[in-house]
Amino acid sequence: MTKPAPLDVGFVFNDFPMRTGGKTAVRRGGDAQRQIGTMSVTSEKDTSDRGLSIENLSMRFDLPNGSHVQALKDVSLDLKQGELLSVLGPSGCGKTTLLNIVAGFLAPTEGRIVLNGHQVFGPDAERGMVFQQGALFEWMSVRDNVRFGPDMKGMPKSESAEIVDHLLDVVGLQDFKEKMVYELSGGMQQRVALARCLANDPDVILMDEPLGALDALTREKMQSLVLKLWKETGKTIILITHSVEEALLLGERLLVMAPRPGRIHKEYRLPFADMGVGADLREVKKHPDYAPTREEILNMIWNMEEEIMGRTEENA
Amino acid sequence: MGQIFADLGGELITLLISVVGALPYVALYVGLILLASFLYTQVKQRLAATQDYTSLKTVTFGDESAVISNKAASVISIVLIFVIWGAFTGSSLLPKFLHAPGPFVGEATFTYTVEAEDGQKADATVNVLVHKAGEKPEAPVAAENDGIAKDDVLVVQAYRSKLLRWDANDEVTRKGGAKIIAVDGQPIDRDTDVQVGFGRVALTDKGTLNFEPSKGWQMENIWLPAPESVWKRLISVSQDGYQNVTLAEHLSYSLFRVIVGFALGAAVGIPLGYAMGLSNWFRGWFDPIVEFMRPVPPLALIPLVIIWAGIGEQGKIILLFLAALWIMAIGARSGVSGVNITKVHAAYSLGASKKQILRHVIIPNSLPEIFTAARVAMGVCWGTVVAAELVAAEKGVGKMIVAASKFQDTDIVLMGIILIGIIGFGIDMLMRWAEKYLVPWKGRA
Repeated sequence: MTKPAPLDVGFVFNDFPMRTGGKTAVRRGGDAQRQIGTMSVTSEKDTSDRGLSIENLSMRFDLPNGSHVQALKDVSLDLKQGELLSVLGPSGCGKTTLLNIVAGFLAPTEGRIVLNGHQVFGPDAERGMVFQQGALFEWMSVRDNVRFGPDMKGMPKSESAEIVDHLLDVVGLQDFKEKMVYELSGGMQQRVALARCLANDPDVILMDEPLGALDALTREKMQSLVLKLWKETGKTIILITHSVEEALLLGERLLVMAPRPGRIHKEYRLPFADMGVGADLREVKKHPDYAPTREEILNMIWNMEEEIMGRTEENA
Repeated sequence: MGQIFADLGGELITLLISVVGALPYVALYVGLILLASFLYTQVKQRLAATQDYTSLKTVTFGDESAVISNKAASVISIVLIFVIWGAFTGSSLLPKFLHAPGPFVGEATFTYTVEAEDGQKADATVNVLVHKAGEKPEAPVAAENDGIAKDDVLVVQAYRSKLLRWDANDEVTRKGGAKIIAVDGQPIDRDTDVQVGFGRVALTDKGTLNFEPSKGWQMENIWLPAPESVWKRLISVSQDGYQNVTLAEHLSYSLFRVIVGFALGAAVGIPLGYAMGLSNWFRGWFDPIVEFMRPVPPLALIPLVIIWAGIGEQGKIILLFLAALWIMAIGARSGVSGVNITKVHAAYSLGASKKQILRHVIIPNSLPEIFTAARVAMGVCWGTVVAAELVAAEKGVGKMIVAASKFQDTDIVLMGIILIGIIGFGIDMLMRWAEKYLVPWKGRA
């Protein structure tokens, strides 16, 4: 194991003073930035087959009353290592089901998930997950929560202590190391969850509405943090959200899903995530493309919702 | 069936009548509380008008957070219980003016009027001496008087009554057809008693007089001993023991049974609960057993346990084991079922194995529930052990009070009840303290 390299300048997350003016963020090569949490092994590998592919995924399950639900139908998608995908869609479009299948908590009825050339059959440390809330272990201190992944692997405490210190610096919680998680605010808890996920050095980070329960201000700060972490670590990230704004800001690629059956409705490639790295997210929102894209997606989702409502009313 | 309803209806009416009879006393007690509350508020307002956040709230009725247990009320409540206890037992701890009227003690006289068969009437005086229990006073001497009825002397113990065979020294007798027609000038017959101010005089079927000194409002020692006599008993029993068994021995036996029974119940119940929470097969297997045994009160098992295991330690421990087992199993089961699935998912995606998830997620997550169950189980065990000892035991605090009740040693019975209450409360406090110390995250998820 190599020692974790020192962070890039300006990365220390010192309680959100991150508005570094009009500093333009340039995306640099993936490997050089993959430094958080001793991510040495992966960076030396051949990257040609690295990435996540979702192949012809279908999910259909029976209900106790004999009928069945088609949660997903024929969803295919390829993500290269280091890509940031946000997923949007009305309720019941299968976003969370998709994420649970990628995480390995559910087995699809058809299709498969392939990560870095091997098929996924269950949960594994290579795919970390950040939940909306309630996933921290409240019987552990902040430090023990972050250390959980390395501990489970049997990493010596001296080694994991360095990773923990480093990551708590990154998320700005160094002073809260000894606190119990229930003593922290909601935003701080989500930062712990992020650090805990990163401590395990996963290839893919799955986020299930990680900022959904936060207030608007904290949420904006956390969005900047997610962008920073993405850029610095070069992780592949799939982020599920209900907020169109968040999906636009945090999606290098944006997937709009449609319900019944859950399927991919439209995919976008967006510049905003790259622009937002190290910059003021409010400035990003002033980009001429931002508002039209937002309106387009909002309309799309509205129409889907109306369609669902109409269908329900017809049935009634 | 109709007979049962009629009987139960009768019981209900008797009950309602005694409830109505108790109402004045309850009203008196509530009145005392309201008076104390009124005085307290007045004094407090005079002394210092507080302006903390709660006192500035305009809505306090229905605001749970504005209702805080008033320390002064608790102190007054406890003091009042002892004052009432002392007042109605003539306790020496209380100043005399707080005592409820006691039984009549001392000398007094009443007269009776005899009518002989020939219609001749005569009066005689009865010199009554009422003395406290345990005293042997000298009987007063009756004055010699003329006439067919002679004066009598009557020595009675307080709270008791005594027959006066008035014709023992009279010139006319019951056999001779004489009978008493009045006491203190008031006519008396078999259905009409006469109140003579310091007691009650009744005419018996045989024509003698029955005198009962007035009891006052205080309770006799045999019903309710004074606080200090309970305290003295506590000292004497803890030093010399009761029926050759010391208090420490009684208490240790009871506590030993509770602790061993509870420990065994937890040692089996917790793993059983985990198995039921983690495996379909175990859930299916034990659900019918647990769900059936849970509502069976452990006290109902006492006869069976005595038949099977006798009245020794084994039987008691089996009983307490059964009392704790189901509670602990259900607590552990719901602790496991209550784990938030996102925590388990998170642990899996952090690379934890099943064993690690059990050790680091499921067990700590279920601890608060297990502690709650343990508190309930300890309470039930304590109640069950006392009841089991009441039924059959050689030693134990329950055995002590049931033995004392047979000899009407009410002070020991009261002392035992108070000790049982204090120990039960102590166990609960200990469990709460342990819970606060060991699972500080309870209710914080």
